Amino acid sequence: MPKTLAEKILSEKSGSDAKAGDIVIANVDLAFVQDTTGPLTVRQFQSSGMVLADPEKTLMFIDHAVPSPSASLANDHILLRDFSRESGCVLSEAGDGVCHQIVAEAYARPGDIIVGADSHTVTAGGLGAFATGMGSSDVAVAFGLGKNWFRVPETFKIEVTGDFQKGVGAKDLILHLIGRIGADGATYKSLEFHGGAIKKMGMSGRFTIANMAVEAGAKVGLFPSDTTTRKYLEAEGRGKDFRPLEADAGAAYEKTIKIDASELEPTVSRPHTVDNTALAKELKGTKIQQVVIGTCTNGRLEDLAAAAAILKGKRPAKGVRLIIVPASRRVLLAAMDKGYIVDFVTAGAIILPPGCGPCLGLHQGALGDGEACLSTANRNFLGRMGNPKSFIYLGSPATAAASALTGEITDPREVM
Amino acid sequence: MLTGRAHKFGDGISTDHIIPGRYAHLRSNLPELAKHVLEDADPDFVKKVRPGDFVVGGSNFGLGSSREHAPLVIKMAGVSAILAKSVARIFFRNAINLGLPVLICNTDRVDDGDELEIDLTGGTVRDKTNGSVMTFGKIPEVMLRILNEGGLIPYIQKHGDIEV
Repeated sequence: MPKTLAEKILSEKSGSDAKAGDIVIANVDLAFVQDTTGPLTVRQFQSSGMVLADPEKTLMFIDHAVPSPSASLANDHILLRDFSRESGCVLSEAGDGVCHQIVAEAYARPGDIIVGADSHTVTAGGLGAFATGMGSSDVAVAFGLGKNWFRVPETFKIEVTGDFQKGVGAKDLILHLIGRIGADGATYKSLEFHGGAIKKMGMSGRFTIANMAVEAGAKVGLFPSDTTTRKYLEAEGRGKDFRPLEADAGAAYEKTIKIDASELEPTVSRPHTVDNTALAKELKGTKIQQVVIGTCTNGRLEDLAAAAAILKGKRPAKGVRLIIVPASRRVLLAAMDKGYIVDFVTAGAIILPPGCGPCLGLHQGALGDGEACLSTANRNFLGRMGNPKSFIYLGSPATAAASALTGEITDPREVM
Repeated sequence: MLTGRAHKFGDGISTDHIIPGRYAHLRSNLPELAKHVLEDADPDFVKKVRPGDFVVGGSNFGLGSSREHAPLVIKMAGVSAILAKSVARIFFRNAINLGLPVLICNTDRVDDGDELEIDLTGGTVRDKTNGSVMTFGKIPEVMLRILNEGGLIPYIQKHGDIEV
């Protein structure tokens, strides 16, 4: 029977003919935790009596609280370092970058199953990996058994045709989709991306879209592995990890959602839910005090390039703090090489070390009472950035940069 | 049979409502972390909740982060089950993995403070305050086995492996 990408990967990894609705045991190619979920995972793993199935496929990332803002989080980091040293598993240190970016750059392969104790593990779906977030207990089991149970998801086919207008891109597309189907519109489902606009899209945009699949409730956001994927892996020195992968023609989809990219406009999520979307131009006049450009959603080189093109030689509006967070050390180095970091610093930006930065409100850029922030991150839940009395808007790097210049939410086409 | 009071919440209670990231420094100090359970949805919840009570949500309960600390602090508050119209995928799995039942049913008729009686095997919730009876969806077999062992780690400790 023709298979969706999710059915194909879960069939291969479970050694069965998996179809939507089945529950299978499947081998896991990579399992990881980060510094806010890892300590619980390690404690559960140690209490379970298991040993690591494969230390080389077990990763710990210190990325959420870097450098540590408190003694207790520094102690959590020690716990992960000690476990890594004793077990032989891979450790990614403070300053290396966000787990999802490093998994994309250095580990994920098309057709892999990846589980991470972080909901944005879905990012690696951008290169055709069945990557999904799980809790600490489930990841501990993947650590020890090298497998776990999965329900094979039904799939929504998202067909994107047409060409994006200038100033509009992947972030606007995924915010539009979430706004259209709702924050629970794809709960338990696989979102599978098809169409001419997807074929033409670079890996950076694919990762942005896959990253936010979970904001519609989806289990995975899957892209085909094609020439673009091959070139990306080759550029990362991982050409051997490439394999072509796509859904079978005639696969069964629960529904098809069609989007004409040429009709999309810069889109923003309003407080306090990601599906509360509006066009940037409709929010003209909405004052902001902080702009964050970065994170696992939009902290890649292409994102920083889009922001630098708007910010170069200019200054943010009075009263606006501009924060830049490259997603990884590799991105930071490339952005330095391209001159973007000089552009940002000259424009008055604060450059944070590669990591999660202020996205989840535990340090580096908490908002004050009544303040509003436009962020390129993926969540704007009440209290997300450290203060339930503040307001978070989500948009693309271009929208964020344009809004920094004006001090209010701005359609980037106005300043391009 | 489980009995207790309902603590009613609205739609879209996220993991940030349940246990915000600003308390990440307390994640290795669970008793302190648990003092902030559901703080951003109801600052008084922690004072009102009694052992055996139920958290009753609307749609998409537990959306957001994979942090297992979210169901963990709800369980530590003494809550014996979560009822909601729908539940986010990762939260659902995490709660079951901690031995905390999550029941999917229409919670519209349940009001804050109602006395509920839950028949886990019969699949019904009776609201003793207003007399209404609701049925809840079946939990998949593999999750029921995990729930019956008190969670995923106890299951692994006992069986050493996982099967479906």
